[in-house]
Amino acid sequence: MGQFIIRRTCYSIITLFILSLTIFTVVRLTGDPVTLMAEPGVRPEDLARIRTQWGLDRPWPVQYLSFVKNIFTGELGKSFNYRMPVSELYFQRLPNSLELAFAATLVSLLIGVPAGLISAVRVNSWWDNLGKVVALLGLAIPGFWLGLVLILVFAVWLGWLPTSGQGDWRHLIMPAVALGWYFAAALLRLTRSSMLEVLRSEYIKLARLKGLPEYVVIAMHGFKNALVPVFTLAGINLVVMVNAAVIIEVIFAWPGIGRLLFEGIFQRDFPLVQGVTVLAGIMIVVVNLIVDILYAYIDPRIRLTK
Amino acid sequence: MVSTTAPTVSPPVEAARGLPRWLRLVRAWPLLPMLILVPLILVALCADVIAPYDPIQPVPGAKIYAPPFWMPGGSMHALLGTDFQGRDILSRLLFGARVSLIVGVMGTLVAGSLGAALGILAGYLGGWVDQVIMRVTDAWLALPALVFAIFLATMLGPSMWNIIIILGLVYWTRYARVIRGEVLSLREREFVKLAEIAGARRWRVIRRHILPNVLNTTMILASLTIGVVIIAEASLSFLGVGVPPPQPAWGSMLAEARSTLMAGKWWLTVWPGLCILLVVLATQLFGDWLRVRLDPQLRNL
Repeated sequence: MGQFIIRRTCYSIITLFILSLTIFTVVRLTGDPVTLMAEPGVRPEDLARIRTQWGLDRPWPVQYLSFVKNIFTGELGKSFNYRMPVSELYFQRLPNSLELAFAATLVSLLIGVPAGLISAVRVNSWWDNLGKVVALLGLAIPGFWLGLVLILVFAVWLGWLPTSGQGDWRHLIMPAVALGWYFAAALLRLTRSSMLEVLRSEYIKLARLKGLPEYVVIAMHGFKNALVPVFTLAGINLVVMVNAAVIIEVIFAWPGIGRLLFEGIFQRDFPLVQGVTVLAGIMIVVVNLIVDILYAYIDPRIRLTK
Repeated sequence: MVSTTAPTVSPPVEAARGLPRWLRLVRAWPLLPMLILVPLILVALCADVIAPYDPIQPVPGAKIYAPPFWMPGGSMHALLGTDFQGRDILSRLLFGARVSLIVGVMGTLVAGSLGAALGILAGYLGGWVDQVIMRVTDAWLALPALVFAIFLATMLGPSMWNIIIILGLVYWTRYARVIRGEVLSLREREFVKLAEIAGARRWRVIRRHILPNVLNTTMILASLTIGVVIIAEASLSFLGVGVPPPQPAWGSMLAEARSTLMAGKWWLTVWPGLCILLVVLATQLFGDWLRVRLDPQLRNL
């Protein structure tokens, strides 16, 4: 087990190294970040001054080292616009993003898991077909368009819900549904296939042979085991939602990390865009590492075969 | 229906063979996705001819924010209404279809060929090549696709061809991982071993024996990712880092519609979204059909 953790951690460190190198290279290959940031018609002296201020006139390897140092000290450079460390801005917004992501995860679980369960228990029935349609629409309806339509119907026409901003639970409903929609479809498919696999297994046959009532077989023996991969995916989705809910946060004026990234794009604040991207990558690599270790802990086959 | 040249006494199979090859293929194609995709492709190709107005010039004499024709205030001149500059929405949708399809197809093509090439190299050559390619794949997969695409788009600047390259760079990793896995098992198969023993060069083995065997998987992946790429393009255009205005794209049309959503001008928001929905739905259905057709093992899933 110890060996597995060490090897897996090494892989994650390599992944993070390549990630940082990629982001660093892209920023410098695609043109001068200073000209990207500066307003049109800026004087050359000003450009040079900004360049020195940001250390962009130093050789690339030196720049890369200070970039990595910035990551390790957790500062990630200063936002051009806010004149604050990017990490400070990121962690200021993190609770808001977490709130929205938790609500969206709840929505996706509430839609995806029961629907997937019914589809699996009643395979090829009317319910299963309905589930397939929902799964297909989950992929096909862009979440941000769903958000716009929700605003149109529930805020503009019916006037039941506030259109945007952060406040009580009513502010949370529409963004959570719009964000959770896509993930609900993914959870539906996973619940269905995982449940089908479990229902085919030997211990389910045994439980039925013992003469247990069908609902006990499904609820106690089947469902419980089918949920492990489902909750893993929900957990990974949660981290993705925290970092990637850009459009939903923009539409609903939700002060989260996605909106921070959007502000970064709009104000040509390249340290902000770079920093948020790096932090999103770090967060996801770390969560994947934790999930892998937990899985290996639960299931010895994983740590022995890899 | 049946070809007249078919012999009078023939088993049913022979009769079916009498049909031209392309017609048999068409008859086997799935109806629903084709009903959406074929008109869409035609519309995208002939947008210049079909579109009633110039998509970037206001309709002469039309009001701004004219509603669709059946509503009070709407006119038959602009069937689906006009936008904030008085431009015809129908024409913009038709030209937007072209952008969506070009980006969807080209982006998938870039991602697919890059991913398949690197996946084959990693799987077949193994060793440090494999290590390098797979570690890069892991790292690039770690970023959420949209965040990575936004980052690249901010750095490269907005244009349609940049978006194609960006989406190719974001989505190739998925292909590389799957195809490497396939190649790892192909490499152990006898026909590959025999070709190697017979003295075939690596390049020949890859071209003659590996590539044809991973093409099916690549096609299935491609048909399933076209929709994802189209939504990604719409998302980038919505955020203002995609296809730059005034070129009509469904995503930027949605962005322009945001400011008037509160005023209840629903047609500006509903039409472009419905277009995205239909296209993605059709490509998904087509992908599912292709998957079942090309890979019988997957039929039970």
